[in-house]
Amino acid sequence: MADVDFHSKQDDSDLSLEGEITVPGVAKSDDELSTLDEPVKDTVMRDLRAIGTKFFHVLYPKTSKTLLKEWDLWGPLILCVYMAMMLQGNTSGQPEFAEVFVIYWIGAVIVTLNTKLLGGNISFFQSVCVLGYCVCPLAVALSVCRIILIANQTTALFVVRFLFVIAGFAWSTFASTAFLGDVQARNRKVLSVYPIFLFYFIISWLIISHTH
Amino acid sequence: MADQSPWQESSNKMTSSQGSAILDMQLEEMEMMEDDASDNGENGFNEKAMPQKEDNGSAEDMRKRIGQNVGEMVWQVSKQRAQKAWSVYGNIDILRPYFDVEPKEVQKRLIYSLIPQRPTTQRQRVHKELYGPLMVIFTLIALLLFQMKTSDHKVEEGTLMGTAFGVCFIYWFGASGLVWVLSYICGVRIAMLQILSLIGYALFSHCIVLFLGTVIHTSHDHMLFYVTWAVIGGLSTAKMACVVFSRASGKTERIIVIALIAVLHLSFLLYLHFAYHSVVEEISMVLDSKVIPPPIAHEQINQKLERAVDYEKVVPDFTKKVVNMVKPIIPNDTLNKLRPVINDTLKNVIRQAPTMMNKISGHALHMVNKTLEHSETLKVM
Repeated sequence: MADVDFHSKQDDSDLSLEGEITVPGVAKSDDELSTLDEPVKDTVMRDLRAIGTKFFHVLYPKTSKTLLKEWDLWGPLILCVYMAMMLQGNTSGQPEFAEVFVIYWIGAVIVTLNTKLLGGNISFFQSVCVLGYCVCPLAVALSVCRIILIANQTTALFVVRFLFVIAGFAWSTFASTAFLGDVQARNRKVLSVYPIFLFYFIISWLIISHTH
Repeated sequence: MADQSPWQESSNKMTSSQGSAILDMQLEEMEMMEDDASDNGENGFNEKAMPQKEDNGSAEDMRKRIGQNVGEMVWQVSKQRAQKAWSVYGNIDILRPYFDVEPKEVQKRLIYSLIPQRPTTQRQRVHKELYGPLMVIFTLIALLLFQMKTSDHKVEEGTLMGTAFGVCFIYWFGASGLVWVLSYICGVRIAMLQILSLIGYALFSHCIVLFLGTVIHTSHDHMLFYVTWAVIGGLSTAKMACVVFSRASGKTERIIVIALIAVLHLSFLLYLHFAYHSVVEEISMVLDSKVIPPPIAHEQINQKLERAVDYEKVVPDFTKKVVNMVKPIIPNDTLNKLRPVINDTLKNVIRQAPTMMNKISGHALHMVNKTLEHSETLKVM
């Protein structure tokens, strides 16, 4: 197992204020006073920086506890809204915004339930957070596909789109297994990876079948 | 995200306990609310004792207060009952033992769902497991989605995803329920979870058949599908039949249950194939002819040609003309032998005319169309 990624001292105290579940040794009242008095810009910037750090961790996956310890659902929400807006189409064959939204969240819930039932010691929201963040490579693939779709379509372009989506799909699955890997017992990893694979497969299928 | 206090306690519980984290959190909240409410309840009881000593002018007040107290008592009791019911039925830990499998076991059970085991006097073992069947159903849903997209399945109400989900889960629960009821009546000793598990694993054969059907497009007929339907569907049905056979004693009863399982299983596969597979045929037909005609123009021209060409009249006329042309050259008896040959050839040529014309470009088709409108039959040619 790879080493845990350690941030600098400065980052540690910043991160611990915003999202950490247990903070041993820090009094509650101090926390509330110090974050209530600061200007709104500081709060927003701190949260944005946290979200950005998590995206970075997904795009360069190493085994790290950042996503698990300081979970938040902003990243998944941003990704979900972005993808649903891009995938929405006016013709009847295209999915609606609501459809993509529901598939995303219900899919994350089902995969999380499965992981918990298989005996994983991970909380519900941590798992939804990780699954949501790991859709980021697929969102990148979707943007690339959308750019490619501007040109006139040929078979070669379709193959290029297909390859990009496959790459995004493989990257997403690999990233999520890097984070959820040590939650399960060694030999049962396949059991919890398979539904994640199916979930990302369905999302990739939505992306690749989006033709205008 | 900055304010964590109401969630911190519950999150503590989440990370520390292995099990039902969602439930702990909600129970926490309910307990907190209950504590608040029970304080109010006690105050209400104390107040009730006092007004009984006052005179009738405050009878209205008394009635109001009694009403309030009774209302609160009812609320208390029903909330406690609801909490107890939730903690018994909503606890996902009930399902935990049915997910306790190793990957090797799942693999083995998937493969054995296609291999019927000869029934002996000993009861065949059916494992109560829900992971395998659930994964098989999700894979089936993904395959259906894939098929629906390729075949341009239009859904009026709801969505593609919703339809696929609904169909698969309704079949799984519905068929299992029916089989369970019938087994109970017929005295087959098998539990509901075992039936769910059995039917779930048998859907693996459906996944295989649908996957083969999507990947291998056969043109015009469904022979490949029927063969795989009979072979693979038949194998999994036989497996289920053998399990039921080994678990029942009466001959007629066994047959009834086996017949029900076979009918449900095989007809579900037929439904899945034919409901979502229509346009794949047309695509493969077009690819075979290597030309994609403009569909509407093709139909119209075919119809016009058929109307214009009256085979009964035209072919004998043509035959007579050709025979008259060759009469000076060819002797009579050869001519008599040749007559049917000429007849057939002319029929074929005239019948081929539409498809031959299809191979010309659309513009030429249009021109031919116009020509046919003016000249009524091919006699003019």
